Amino acid sequence: MADVTLRKVIKRYEDVEAVRGIDLDIADKEFVVLVGPSGCGKSTTLRMIAGLEDITDGDIMIGGDVVNDVPPKDRDIAMVFQNYALYPHMTVAENMSFGLRLKHYPKAEIKSRVTEAARMLDITDLIDRKPKQLSGGQRQRVAMGRAIVRNPKVFLFDEPLSNLDAKLRVQMRIEIKKVHQKVRTTTVYVTHDQVEAMTLADRVVVMNHGRIEQIGTPNDLYHSPATRFVAGFIGSPAMNFVPCKLEEAGGRLQIRLSDVIAFPLPAARAARYQAVARNDKLLLGIRPEHITDARSHPQPGVETFDAVLDVIEPMGMETLIYFLIEGQEVCGRVNPNAGARAGAPLRLAVDLNNMHLLNEVTGVVL
Amino acid sequence: MTSVVMIDKAAPTRNVKYGSMSRDRTWALRWSYFFLTLFAIFSLVPPIYMLITSLKTSAEISAATNPWWVFHPTLQNYVELLSSNQFLTFFRNSALVSIFVVTITMLISVPAAFALSRMRFWGSATLATGVFLTYLIPDTLLFLPLFKMFAVFGDWTGIQLINRWYVLLIVYPTLTVPFCTWIMIGYFASIPKELDEAAIIDGASWFQTLTRIFIPVALPGLIAATIFAFTVSWAQFLYPLVFTTSTDQLVLPVGIITSLIKGDVFNWGQIMTGALLGAAPPLIIYAFLMDYYIAGLTAGATKG
Repeated sequence: MADVTLRKVIKRYEDVEAVRGIDLDIADKEFVVLVGPSGCGKSTTLRMIAGLEDITDGDIMIGGDVVNDVPPKDRDIAMVFQNYALYPHMTVAENMSFGLRLKHYPKAEIKSRVTEAARMLDITDLIDRKPKQLSGGQRQRVAMGRAIVRNPKVFLFDEPLSNLDAKLRVQMRIEIKKVHQKVRTTTVYVTHDQVEAMTLADRVVVMNHGRIEQIGTPNDLYHSPATRFVAGFIGSPAMNFVPCKLEEAGGRLQIRLSDVIAFPLPAARAARYQAVARNDKLLLGIRPEHITDARSHPQPGVETFDAVLDVIEPMGMETLIYFLIEGQEVCGRVNPNAGARAGAPLRLAVDLNNMHLLNEVTGVVL
Repeated sequence: MTSVVMIDKAAPTRNVKYGSMSRDRTWALRWSYFFLTLFAIFSLVPPIYMLITSLKTSAEISAATNPWWVFHPTLQNYVELLSSNQFLTFFRNSALVSIFVVTITMLISVPAAFALSRMRFWGSATLATGVFLTYLIPDTLLFLPLFKMFAVFGDWTGIQLINRWYVLLIVYPTLTVPFCTWIMIGYFASIPKELDEAAIIDGASWFQTLTRIFIPVALPGLIAATIFAFTVSWAQFLYPLVFTTSTDQLVLPVGIITSLIKGDVFNWGQIMTGALLGAAPPLIIYAFLMDYYIAGLTAGATKG
């Protein structure tokens, strides 16, 4: 059992509060990703779990034991750092076995563990090299190997892929996922890259300003964000936010974006927003993939409108389009054959079944 | 074949040296060679003059011949000096003092530098600056108060330190420890923070982090500091002159001066021989550790 629990954990540096009382339950064998912009407190949280930072207040438990005052070496954790932090004077094998040698494991046991980890990470041929003879990706594998051979209760990853180029990052991402599927160790992974968070995590923890904004599975966060921050942070291109008004028209609830653009809400949405005050400052949140070129067969909840395109970005399998609604730039994704041209009008469709309505003042998704 | 000729024709017409070195760089290089030559001559003339003089007899030294030429070369000075017990005693004292001082210095300054650069504790930054400022105090200011302290210490405890060669083991580290600590702080500071964090998570204690990670990684710096400590204690003149007087307690630099200058009679041949022989050990150490030493002085400037 190696669940990790954080209870009202606070970290204060002199007058700055980096982590403002977070509660988090990480189940045994779970892969949890902490994600957020820089300075959101995600790395600090990870370092507190590792024991590299003292906690100002609250409790951290690993496997049910409070570890607030337990030094890092006794927490039975392993950490992978952004800059690899390999010992430059040791070979790959020595790097990986350092922790075991310090704990005086028998030689045969060390050898078998190192061999096994090297095989899993496909670095068997590099075992006698020094770190400076390795590429970035290889170094990161060794850093992971060093964590694996320890067979710890918890793996901690601190932005491990940030120093790699884009292609290698995708490759290593898959590698990390494979390793986790094999060893099934509880993992806490910190990144600022929401794609990494979405692809790796069993559950994602979105942090902002030292607080947890939302915890959920990648799909939860994507489809039912709780706040404007999460809605805007997860997904690329980001979700569009357009100021709007709720109003009644002919007994039906409709949403008005401008003098000319107003859409009747689908029944399910209308029921949900019935209680929302009509004069609140509201935002319509809609992801780019839900603004497409209008198709000939109308579907329930999909409304059409005309827009003059500002910029188009052909991506190959789709074309990104940008246009303005009441001065607000909006992004959509259309079929490359839809005939989108910059400066030209295009008939677009918006899928209101996937819309979000947000309170502009509180940032809460309604 | 034709293609090769064509490539030759396409080659640049100007006279290319050292690849595509620019005109500016060529000139810069010429100037640097000029000044390096000048500097080499400037610094090599004294030892060459010493070598020439050491190969002469006293008669030839005082004769009005060309001082830059040896007309009757002899190794007599070397033979006399190396067979004199006194000189060998000086040499032994110097060697003992230097080896002990280097050991003491390293044992103090390496852990001190590690603590000051890594174990953040109250006042550690101030202390680190303080260590460096200590080095800026001229040695010449300190020998009188130190002498007085040792005298008083001798009166109180009956343990006589003055006029014993080992008093230098207490005195020299006051010069070497601050500077070596400062060098090592710079070295340890250039080691990424994650490296000791990784070691700590791997289960290393502070002491193991120092011995298993920091010392091997900062080896060039350690060697630079060692060479520095050795040079300082080997070449020190003022302190041994003040603190030791009996012939059997003297170290080489003081010994040569006191035993080879008798009244107003200067035994130049042997003085030069002694100085040359005395300069040999640091030279040999430099020669062997030069690569490390250079790496040591330049590391930290770039990402090691």
